[in-house]
Amino acid sequence: MSNMNKPESFKHSDAIQASLKKRYARERRFQWYGRLAVLTGFVFLFILLADIVSKGSPAFTQQFIKVSVNLDRDTLDVPENPTNDQLFAADYQGVIKASLRDMFPDVSGRKDKQQLYRLLSIGAEYNLRDKVIENPGLLGRTTDIWLRAHAEAGSYLKGQVDAAMPESDRRVKDLQVGWLDQLRAEGRTESRFNIAFFTNGDSREPEMAGIRVALYGSFFTLLVTFAIAFPIGVFSAVYLEEFAPRNRITDLIEININNLAAVPSIVFGLLGLAVFINFFDLPRSAPLVGGIVLSLMTLPTIIITSRAAIQAVSPSIREAALGVGASKLQTVFHHVIPVAMPGILTGSIIGMAQALGESAPLLMIGMVAFIMDVPGGVTDPATVLPVQVYLWADSPERGFTEKTSAAIMVLMAFLIVMNALAVYLRKRFELK
Amino acid sequence: MQGSDTVKFMPSAAGEVNMKSDDRSRSPAAQAGAKEGKTLDIRDHTDVTDYQTIGSPFVDNPKMSARNVNVFYGDKQAILDVSLDIGRNEVIAMIGPSGCGKSTFLRTLNRMNDIIPICRVQGDFSLDGDNIYGAEQDTVLLRARVGMVFQKPNPFPKSIYENVAYGPRIHGLAHNKTEMDEIVENSLRRASLFSEVKDQLDKPGTGLSGGQQQRLCIARAIAVSPEVILMDEPCSALDPIATARIEELIDELKENYTIAIVTHSMQQAARVSERTAYFHLGKLIEVGDTKQVFTMPKHELTENYITGRFG
Repeated sequence: MSNMNKPESFKHSDAIQASLKKRYARERRFQWYGRLAVLTGFVFLFILLADIVSKGSPAFTQQFIKVSVNLDRDTLDVPENPTNDQLFAADYQGVIKASLRDMFPDVSGRKDKQQLYRLLSIGAEYNLRDKVIENPGLLGRTTDIWLRAHAEAGSYLKGQVDAAMPESDRRVKDLQVGWLDQLRAEGRTESRFNIAFFTNGDSREPEMAGIRVALYGSFFTLLVTFAIAFPIGVFSAVYLEEFAPRNRITDLIEININNLAAVPSIVFGLLGLAVFINFFDLPRSAPLVGGIVLSLMTLPTIIITSRAAIQAVSPSIREAALGVGASKLQTVFHHVIPVAMPGILTGSIIGMAQALGESAPLLMIGMVAFIMDVPGGVTDPATVLPVQVYLWADSPERGFTEKTSAAIMVLMAFLIVMNALAVYLRKRFELK
Repeated sequence: MQGSDTVKFMPSAAGEVNMKSDDRSRSPAAQAGAKEGKTLDIRDHTDVTDYQTIGSPFVDNPKMSARNVNVFYGDKQAILDVSLDIGRNEVIAMIGPSGCGKSTFLRTLNRMNDIIPICRVQGDFSLDGDNIYGAEQDTVLLRARVGMVFQKPNPFPKSIYENVAYGPRIHGLAHNKTEMDEIVENSLRRASLFSEVKDQLDKPGTGLSGGQQQRLCIARAIAVSPEVILMDEPCSALDPIATARIEELIDELKENYTIAIVTHSMQQAARVSERTAYFHLGKLIEVGDTKQVFTMPKHELTENYITGRFG
């Protein structure tokens, strides 16, 4: 084939043909880079999740030991027909200790006995007390009662402790291993769902510690954050985008909002401490203050994303509304905001998710306190999920390791519920 | 110029226009251009600062009138000293090459330019003697009296019913559901859309075809019973069939409304309008009866434009 006879356009198509292979190869290569990147992300996510779930899932079960409790009135130190107050103040710990001694009569010596007592949780006496107050007929009899196991004993029963390890390297000692094996052989141990994890507040004992205070704290804090940041953020965005004149002042405001979004969160914590707690005298450790601080932190995110969403609304919608004689306000509220709502909600959920995971500013305003009582409102002291994770991760007891991962799981579940709600709302707005 | 296959959709005036576009040898200026075999440079005529519009820009007892209009976008002047009347119950077409200011002029008539921050409007405007730009004039009331249909069909992302009912609702024109239903049905009927959508009034208006959407927008505009309807290239996004329907609609609407329409299609201007105004680089070059403008243009620029010499 001679190129000489070919018209110009054919020569061109040869050149294009020659470059095609290269172009397609480049495209394929790029696609592989993309797949590789996505895959890497997935692998890391999978490792992270697998690690958290495998570490955290044992926290959702709790070991119980069946103890033959002799509710002897003398040991309990209560009269014949005790009042509730007397029952409340009775010596249940003594009863439990005596019962354990009865079950293992050949244990002697202070140290061994102490090891024996450590099979059961310190909280076991409260379980027993509640049972007795509920049913005083148990008094004076010997009954088989399931009592909460100590965290160390529990971790042995869950199979987390290798008995082949040298005794000095593990917290469950040989004697305890023997007793626990015996109890298990007698069918006196049981694994149950750990309700206490969801009903209790924090505790020094891993087997007693629960997430409820942090869960409620996070809920109340985010409620305050949302109630403040969403309306203020959306209305600021609407005003700045639709009504404010473009001049030096609004430019300055815009720059400052963008800068605020980049301010380290702990600075907001310092502000909260100085202004809300020291100056306005609001309660310490309260979700109210936490929520206000987090809403300050979230506001720039919501304003920036809402403005982008409002900007993205087609000008033809505005013209259409103005064209039939709608006022500016009607145009904005009847047409622009509904169309921008999905975008606004996406921005808000990003801001709220940020707020949910934030711990640094809350440390500054005292939400890091050790709190056992479940908060009933926004002014009661509370802590939040990420701070609880931090607190438990810091604790030396082995039992808290699984609690830490479990708390992370609860935090993620909270996030998923929150996102699902936002996706649902967004879908509803999109349908309209 | 459109091909001959669109002719069958054209009402009345179409024949003359088509003849016209083949016959380029009427005015001496056009003849000169044709002889030299070159396209006239439109920039040759921009230095006319005190240009006087040719033809008849003024009518007796006008519905709307605009005098000595100047419009600026920032430093750029988009309209230079334009004066034009719009007569009662007439259809006036505004034609001209892109960027000539015809749309801008149309939008000054119901103050749609107010929403553009850099836009500045000078001149005297009146609607039935009321000063449109007067301090006491409310834009909401003005836009209820002077409705608008836009270039791109822009129904609200709401149901068909809501699209039409929105205007009457915000103005409080209906006192109960029955009245509102009536307004919606009548408006859709007048926009000759009712029979097509009567079973799907609760479906989103954005789901209709382009032509239906534009008729919905017209129904929306007439639902508030305006006195004047401004149409900014209402058919530019539509196919010839949908265009023909809109044009028929304009023919029917002109009995009750005053209509000002901006269009790029000269056939359309010829078919639907009674008067035609030719704009060029911000100036109003020539105004006259449509028939006269298309058959006997007085100005060389008009002649060149309608014969397809440039534009």
